Amino acid sequence: MRSSPPGRRARPWFPGISCTSAEAREELRRRLLGLIEDNRVMIFSKSYCPHSTRVKELFSSLGVEYNILELDQVDDGASVQEVLSEITNQITVPNVFVNKVHMGGCDRTFQAHQSGLLQKLLQKESAYDYDLIVIGGGSGGLACAQEAAILGKKVMVLDFVVPSPQGTSWGLGGTCVNVGCVPKKLMHQAALLGQALSDSRKFGWEYNQQAKHNWETMTEAIQNHIGSLNWSYRVSLREKAVAYVNSYGEFVEHHKIKATNRKGQETCYTAAKFVIATGERPRYLGIQGDKEYCITSDDLFSLPYCPGKTLVVGASYVALECAGFLAGIGLDVTVMVRSVLLRGFDQEMAEKVGSYMEQHGIKFLRKFIPVMVQQLEKGLPGKLKVVAKSTEGPETMEGVYNTVLLAIGRDSCTRKIGLEKIGVKINEKTGKIPVNDVEQTNVPYVYAVGDVLEGKLELTPVAIQAGKLLARRLFGDHLEKCDYINVPTTVFTPLEYGCCGLSEEKAIEVYKKENLEVYHTFFWPLEWTVAGRDNNTCYAKIICNKFNNNRVIGFHILGPNAGEVTQGFAVAMKCGLTKQLLDDTIGIHPTCGEVFTTLEITKSSGLDISQKGC
Amino acid sequence: VESAHSGRQDYDLLVIGGGSGGLACAKEAAQLGKKVAVVDYVEPSPRGTRWGLGGTCVNVGCIPKKLMHQAALLGDRIRDAPHYGWEVPQQVPHDWRKMAEAVQNHVKSLNWGHRVQLQDRKVKYFNIKASFVNEHVVCGVTKGGKETLLSAEHIVIATGGRPRYPTNIEGALEHGITSDDIFWLKESPGKTLVVGASYVALECAGFLTGLSLDTTVMMRSIPLRGFDQQMSSLVTEHMASHGTQFLRGCTPSRVKKLPDGQLQVTWKDLASGREDMGTFDTVLWAIGRVPETRSLNLEKAGVNTNPNTHKILVDAQEATSVPHIYAIGDAAEGRPELTPTATMAGRLLAQRLCGQSSDLMDYDNVPTTVFTPLEYGCVGLSEEEAVARHGEEHVEVYHAFYKPLEFTVAERDSSQCYIKMVCLREPPQLVLGLHFLGPNAGEVTQGFALGIKCGASYTQVMRTVGIHPTCAEEVAKLRITKRSGLEPTVTGCG
Repeated sequence: MRSSPPGRRARPWFPGISCTSAEAREELRRRLLGLIEDNRVMIFSKSYCPHSTRVKELFSSLGVEYNILELDQVDDGASVQEVLSEITNQITVPNVFVNKVHMGGCDRTFQAHQSGLLQKLLQKESAYDYDLIVIGGGSGGLACAQEAAILGKKVMVLDFVVPSPQGTSWGLGGTCVNVGCVPKKLMHQAALLGQALSDSRKFGWEYNQQAKHNWETMTEAIQNHIGSLNWSYRVSLREKAVAYVNSYGEFVEHHKIKATNRKGQETCYTAAKFVIATGERPRYLGIQGDKEYCITSDDLFSLPYCPGKTLVVGASYVALECAGFLAGIGLDVTVMVRSVLLRGFDQEMAEKVGSYMEQHGIKFLRKFIPVMVQQLEKGLPGKLKVVAKSTEGPETMEGVYNTVLLAIGRDSCTRKIGLEKIGVKINEKTGKIPVNDVEQTNVPYVYAVGDVLEGKLELTPVAIQAGKLLARRLFGDHLEKCDYINVPTTVFTPLEYGCCGLSEEKAIEVYKKENLEVYHTFFWPLEWTVAGRDNNTCYAKIICNKFNNNRVIGFHILGPNAGEVTQGFAVAMKCGLTKQLLDDTIGIHPTCGEVFTTLEITKSSGLDISQKGC
Repeated sequence: VESAHSGRQDYDLLVIGGGSGGLACAKEAAQLGKKVAVVDYVEPSPRGTRWGLGGTCVNVGCIPKKLMHQAALLGDRIRDAPHYGWEVPQQVPHDWRKMAEAVQNHVKSLNWGHRVQLQDRKVKYFNIKASFVNEHVVCGVTKGGKETLLSAEHIVIATGGRPRYPTNIEGALEHGITSDDIFWLKESPGKTLVVGASYVALECAGFLTGLSLDTTVMMRSIPLRGFDQQMSSLVTEHMASHGTQFLRGCTPSRVKKLPDGQLQVTWKDLASGREDMGTFDTVLWAIGRVPETRSLNLEKAGVNTNPNTHKILVDAQEATSVPHIYAIGDAAEGRPELTPTATMAGRLLAQRLCGQSSDLMDYDNVPTTVFTPLEYGCVGLSEEEAVARHGEEHVEVYHAFYKPLEFTVAERDSSQCYIKMVCLREPPQLVLGLHFLGPNAGEVTQGFALGIKCGASYTQVMRTVGIHPTCAEEVAKLRITKRSGLEPTVTGCG
């Protein structure tokens, strides 16, 4: 690095990276974009180039601070030049950027000076209101905003909940806190308590009457808890001096966003960088009566009345979880499924999840889709007639329900936030935003995290991790990227399903069946024995790569507390878990988790895995 | 019978003791083609309690205690239920008889299962009390006094241990019971004094309290000796807030039966020297366990024991001072007294004896869980041990107080829900120990035990994405070091 003459900001250059791998190249690209972002004037030059010298002299004469990278004085100059040409379509030096705008070479810079464009661009200096504006106050957005604020940046969060077609809206915190993980786990817990109540009699607790469930009591308690979380997010933003604006954000031009509040008042804000974390909202069917009469997970958790006899449409984890807890608190529940359960998850596990639900009183209508929803009676709840048709033939059917809950998927909130104004590309079909491995969109100063990302996982902890790491990369010294591999997750169906790594189908697709060994077994949790609950229902499975030391590439468990069990195994998978290590590890007795330390039967052996009862 | 003529022995392998370790060893060896016998005999407890095949874990240990713990947890859930909208009565009584019968029936079904498994694997089973005649021959005596001689090429001692009674406390043996009896009581123990501070003591006191019984723990010094002491204090703190009474720094001196059948216990406060007195329906001794080695006539075979502990001295191969005699499980010196370690040690021993493998049992990083009302799971080193081994300046402790989501709506106190990860300070900060206090601690700890086995570092744990919302995810979110002195309380999500 050369010493900086007065008037120039010194900026340490980073050690040379040779562009051998795509990853290193991407890293370099990111760093170059960072230099362009962070410097009012950035000149990529060569120390001996006379054109470069002229440009430097021009800026010096204007009294403007600039930063230089001399390509001939860094180890990876050639790679820098290549990547620069990718970014700018210009192979020569000097390569000049003014306020993030690509100026061009020497001639173009002088032309801009003469036309006044250069001065205009230079005036934009530090005109931004914020270092970072985050659009969306959910898990990912808040994590990113807070981390950036901790790193000393001026940050704003725009969050606005557009009411659902049924009029439901909520406070700060996004899907997870308000209409996702938190309320669903609590309602799942309510259902588990129902099970515990009936178990408890077998364990000697004495009460006679069948316990009845009161929806309003539960919902109020859960909403109170959510209210306290909304509040704590507000407090936490305030403590970190993050500006929180309860307005709808929409890009109007580069670096500029329009915020519209509930009353329709508009305010514009500018920022150097933006993070899109707007998440998703439930999808509707687009059939007659759906928006008028059906509810979604956006409405269910704060529904002021018990939903009664419910039809759940869909087979996503949201659908199955909702169906599970509604049945668990004693409601008559039917699930209408177009094709497979839990698409994307291991299908053997998914079917087992479904069959447990079926054994516990939930009806499944498979290969049907609703075509019309009609209101028969008003009320809280009212009565709805649903007409559905077969996906395989002309057959139709009708049913009457108090509530129809749609859980057929979710759509990204990316189409009405002005992305087209600044040229941020989205996948036109899905609405998702493609990003590189540093969560950067095609517009370099715009990033995205969470459920809006294309090809990434829609999970709170992933969004949090991605948001936090993004802030650290943008504003701190960190380089660590979010690792989307081997992310564990759990579906909180009546029998919980925890997994990490690949499904069996995916593993076969990637590694071929003959290269895999699958170990599996049923197990009977000790607590279930005395309670007289089903044997040969809980199931454990691992998928190993035979030709990589039997490394565990897929972990699946169906049983109580699956989430608690899976977490530690996910750490182990991160550290290269093998079958041998599982065998060598001592179990904790008596737990469900210990079953993984004694797996002996391979699927390929075809041996019986059922456990004998007494 | 001469030891030199091993081919003429009755069995290739004789296992003394039909508990977790012994049965695992016998079954494995039989499966590998050996001719195997198991001798098992349960000497009735001083109160006359006896049980079937399967050893401590199945009959008077892990299984019944976890089930009674579960019964107690269900009591908590009944109290939680109204918060979640269930209309249940506020005061639900508990019927000990009904629970005990259900638990005992399950245990009996397991006894039966063990018998069947031995039969299936062609292991000969003798219900006799064994003692050595010489280094290859064991004499077994039936309940009726009939003697049988059995000889074997290899002998595995897996006789386990039994609860210890105090020797110098008047009335202790006559009026007290132990964990050998509690699970088999037909009637509720009523108001109970638990003497001791072992995990057995705390687990029993925990579930008794949870079953609405008036329960007091009397301990001489510290709780859960050998476990991380910060965690141990949190365990007892939680129990106290949950209704268990504690008499600390006290030792009993006398137990007297009153005319109405109640037990009058006199104890001494060690600090003040003052004597105090209380009456209980039941006194449960949980002051430790002694290995079942003294009736084995080990000296006739030349097997050495530690004269203080009476445990059998073993090497890494589990071999005793006599090369073809082995000891595994609770009877062996220096081994963790845990079912899964005994089971694995037994299985590995059988594999080595049959030439199937040379793998030795690895006794490091054994995970375990104490099933107190708030469960305590741990693996690896305690903070004290880590500091002792590596020096305080080389140890970094990450910790957090957290609130399980389910506790919020139920308005349960989470003051003692706490996680601590003990790491080396030098990057990447290898994890030395993990300590988890909270619901389902056993389930949470198991996977992390694997992680530690895989050599997980703090960095790797932090790179693992959490499962939301669980308690286990809090482990992957530990950010605050003890050294920083910052407030370790987790607030909100993220």
